[in-house]
Amino acid sequence: MVEQTLKAEAKNLNFYYGDVHALKNINIPIKRRKVTALIGPSGCGKTTFLRCFNRMHDLYPHNRYEGEITLYPDNVNIISRDVDPIEIRMWISMVFQKPNPFPKSIYENVAYGPRVRGIKKKQIIDERVEKSLRGAALWDEVKDRLHNLAFDLSGGQQQRLCIARSLATEPRILLFDEPTSALDPTATSKIEELIVELKNEVTILIVTHNMQQAARVSDDTAFMYLGELVEFDRTDKIFTNPSNGLTEEYITGRFG
Amino acid sequence: MSIFDEELKGLKEKILRMGLLVESAIRDSIKSLVERDSELAKEVIKRDHDINALDVEIDEECIRLIALRQPKAGDLRFITTAMKITTDLERMGDLAEDISERAIELNEEPPLKPYIDIPRMADIAQGMLRDVLDALIKGNSKLATDVIKRDDEVDRLNLQVFNELLFFMIQDPTNVSRATRITYISKYLERIADHATNIAEMVIYMVEGKIVRHVTI
Repeated sequence: MVEQTLKAEAKNLNFYYGDVHALKNINIPIKRRKVTALIGPSGCGKTTFLRCFNRMHDLYPHNRYEGEITLYPDNVNIISRDVDPIEIRMWISMVFQKPNPFPKSIYENVAYGPRVRGIKKKQIIDERVEKSLRGAALWDEVKDRLHNLAFDLSGGQQQRLCIARSLATEPRILLFDEPTSALDPTATSKIEELIVELKNEVTILIVTHNMQQAARVSDDTAFMYLGELVEFDRTDKIFTNPSNGLTEEYITGRFG
Repeated sequence: MSIFDEELKGLKEKILRMGLLVESAIRDSIKSLVERDSELAKEVIKRDHDINALDVEIDEECIRLIALRQPKAGDLRFITTAMKITTDLERMGDLAEDISERAIELNEEPPLKPYIDIPRMADIAQGMLRDVLDALIKGNSKLATDVIKRDDEVDRLNLQVFNELLFFMIQDPTNVSRATRITYISKYLERIADHATNIAEMVIYMVEGKIVRHVTI
């Protein structure tokens, strides 16, 4: 039953940067093919939480996880030491604040993931590149210049290229860390539309400072403060009638 | 206090001012009837312009705040409540105007009978309005629930007035013109209490985020 509606679930998740206890007993269900937004003031732990999902913290020593992030339907605890972070990053990919394409062609940026996965046949890679670029609503703009350098694209296009690159490994969960903070309003609304479309295919987790953005794109919202989860509920409930006074103060701009 | 908080406070004060104008319109319209003071009735009719002007002003302010401040949570519920409440207040003002018009007509003829239940209804309706404004300002949903409960008594009195006047009309057809006008007034007061009830329901929504319209509390 759980497996059908949930894609992942954080259970009593704790995280430490050395001695700093950055996440405290977090329990958040991530619904399958829904957008879950993480909001909260700077330093509240929302990005730390997001990064647990693709084991980004493993890159630094002294970082420590406790608890579980269970991925369904496999029932795998993705923060377990027995699970290979490289494998996890194939399943759960991330789009960052600033577009960060590789210094390669548009085509090669998207083909990179499938190639790392060992796909060699050109026809299959071609198909995967087209599908991913279409998925990221970029295909029509770049189909005649696939072999141009990715840096020739505008900021908004580069960010959509990064989304296409993430999609190319056919991930189960897409993580967005402030994906539009470096973009203008037009490019921002394109990305937002894209996020809403993408949830038909993939489960999405997004960290955003822009509360209107959380309200526009997400189904569920988690409000975090000082490393703790203050409130988790349906987005419409959070933005019309939050249960917690602290959430109310934050989203109405009275603190944070 | 932030600029937005100041704006919300200003909005609250405007609603309160509109409510007080409506309350005095109801009071004076009934006074003009009971004391047969047609000059006062004319004044009530004239004063309705001020209520209408505030209705528009409050609506414009709400739309401006939604557009510029993107209110959320409690702020959003307060602003949407304000927009709906002013519609009810404006209608209450119109009904006080209607009472004044009937009073002017009735004052031109000899009294049919002393007014007993009508002032009682007016007292209850005014009390409902006063308390619901208090509930709005204080964010007190318990007080609003209490206002809703008092509506039954106004309905009961309206029916009582109707039956009594029906008897007058059956007794003597020359009573019909006056009795019908008094029946209207009774109905206007019953409507005023209904609008106070609507406002109370919106106050409960504003405080608790729960829509209680069309359900029995």
